[in-house]
Amino acid sequence: MTAITETHRPNLPKPKSTASRAHRLAERGVDTKLLMLLPAIVFALVLFVYPFSYGIGLTFQPLPEIQNQYGGGIFANYIAFFKDPFIFDSVWITMRLALPVALFNVIVSIPIAFKLRHKFRGKRFMSTLLVLPITLGTVLTAQGLLIFAGRQGWLNRFLMDTGIISQPLPLVNNYLGVVFSLVISGFPFAYLLISSYLSGIDPSLEAAAKTLGANWKQRFTKVTLPLLAPGLATTFILTFVLAFSVFPSARLVGDPLGSTRVMALMAYRSFAEQINYSMASTIAIMMGVVELIVIAIVLLGRSFLYKGSTGGKG
Amino acid sequence: MSNFTAQHDSAATELVDITANRNRGKLPPGEKPLVASPGTWFVWAGVAVFFIFLFGIITSVVVDSFGKGWFTTWLPQEFTVSWYQDAWTRFDLTHILGVTLIVAFVVVIVSILVGVPAAYMLARRNFPLKRLVMVLFLLPILIPPITFGIPLATVMYNFGLGRTLLAVILVNLVPSIPFVIITMTPFIEQINPSIENAARMCGASMRQVFVRVLTPLLVPGILAAGILILVRTVGMFELTFLVSGPQSDTLVVAIYRAMTSAGGSEARALVSSMGVIYTAMMLVILIIALRFINPTQLVAQVKEARED
Repeated sequence: MTAITETHRPNLPKPKSTASRAHRLAERGVDTKLLMLLPAIVFALVLFVYPFSYGIGLTFQPLPEIQNQYGGGIFANYIAFFKDPFIFDSVWITMRLALPVALFNVIVSIPIAFKLRHKFRGKRFMSTLLVLPITLGTVLTAQGLLIFAGRQGWLNRFLMDTGIISQPLPLVNNYLGVVFSLVISGFPFAYLLISSYLSGIDPSLEAAAKTLGANWKQRFTKVTLPLLAPGLATTFILTFVLAFSVFPSARLVGDPLGSTRVMALMAYRSFAEQINYSMASTIAIMMGVVELIVIAIVLLGRSFLYKGSTGGKG
Repeated sequence: MSNFTAQHDSAATELVDITANRNRGKLPPGEKPLVASPGTWFVWAGVAVFFIFLFGIITSVVVDSFGKGWFTTWLPQEFTVSWYQDAWTRFDLTHILGVTLIVAFVVVIVSILVGVPAAYMLARRNFPLKRLVMVLFLLPILIPPITFGIPLATVMYNFGLGRTLLAVILVNLVPSIPFVIITMTPFIEQINPSIENAARMCGASMRQVFVRVLTPLLVPGILAAGILILVRTVGMFELTFLVSGPQSDTLVVAIYRAMTSAGGSEARALVSSMGVIYTAMMLVILIIALRFINPTQLVAQVKEARED
């Protein structure tokens, strides 16, 4: 980053004396027009890189009581993170929530995107409806789930009146409630992404397989799926990122002290309730690390998949 | 031998195909039969369940916000608009909506002014360390908001900016500027550079090229990116929540605070009425947005940018 600002600094104040140098730089694509990039880079450095590095530095300045309790000098926050089961369990709690939800969103989207890829009446209307959850936002989805799927809600009332169940199902204020809210916000996103990947696959490939006698199953597993797999991996990563950073719904429709005590809640608890900024930064940064590990594993798997043109319009 | 059986099999499937086609009546190639397969039923059932949940959620919030005494019945005992008046005075919604709109529009304008020139350079130029710059702009989108939000909020409080409007605007710029850059870069790439070259040849300066030539061509992209930023900023909970205070809460954060502070059914209807106001606001933005952009296309554009 600093290298960029340094490389084009020399040719700015005295353009005449360093004309040849400016020319040589311009040939490599460095000239005064690159300054248009400057505001964005300054914003990124001041509002992202600086606070982030500051936060990393902060994790090595634990509060005295953490240091006394866990020892380890400047690493006390990290030792506390791994040793305190109340904090460390939140890693598994977050994973147990985010991984199944991301998998579910991707796997269910595949057949639906597949069936709905052809033109049919009302397709535009349906994709408009699918964008609707974006307007709801997590907080309103939580409120709606509490009313709709709560003990007195329409869903339980309907199931009880039709005699399917005798007791109201506990669908909110627990693990299931958060899953519902994550699927409602994440599924449309996964569906839109996968259907755009699917439209990028040339239909003539499948037609060719059909002329060679491949049946529906073979066409799917041998032709379409390998072409679609990298896109599925990307979709999985993006829905996982959404589900992993769940915060408001874990608090509102979940069980924030039990089965949905996710990492984001723990970080916020340290930040706002315990006013322990260094521990909060530690949890927040470990959250980023865990997420990046999962993404790295998926990307590693993705690198073994087919990479090339899918021949379609996308 | 195996070859023979394979041939035999394919002949058999062909036969099945033919009889199936006969049963379904004469269909031109590519048309679907009326009687759906189990797979189709599964798909439609899944979509139906999703929409039942979606409409259940929306309708129950709307009914709750207009209802009075809704406990153990299908519908509330009577309907009223008093929750809206109550919520408006109790939470000072004029102020909250004002804050929300100010934050959203300032964020949209600043991130477009900063992001579009940067996207232009990334689309048109190759320069040393370009990949590093791309990564710098991708990170704030990929990293969970809480991860960079907590250090960022700590810095804000250290500088005495905590709970101010400025802090709310600044934290919302962090993911918004990269978002503009990432959606605009492919959009600029598809504009033919020879148009700009022609303008330069006719003696236009860089600023003139930008104002007279590029901006008119970029208007659809800028509108799309701007509307998306608007939706994201109005809906952004985590980052705003970390730095905002009573005087700088946006609507989502105010709803969250109302939900977590009070319990009981009276507060629930108040929260619902605020939620309906929020959804109505978002719907207006979305309806305007859908006039300009196709949702699938948009995700695909983002995807392409993320690929490289």
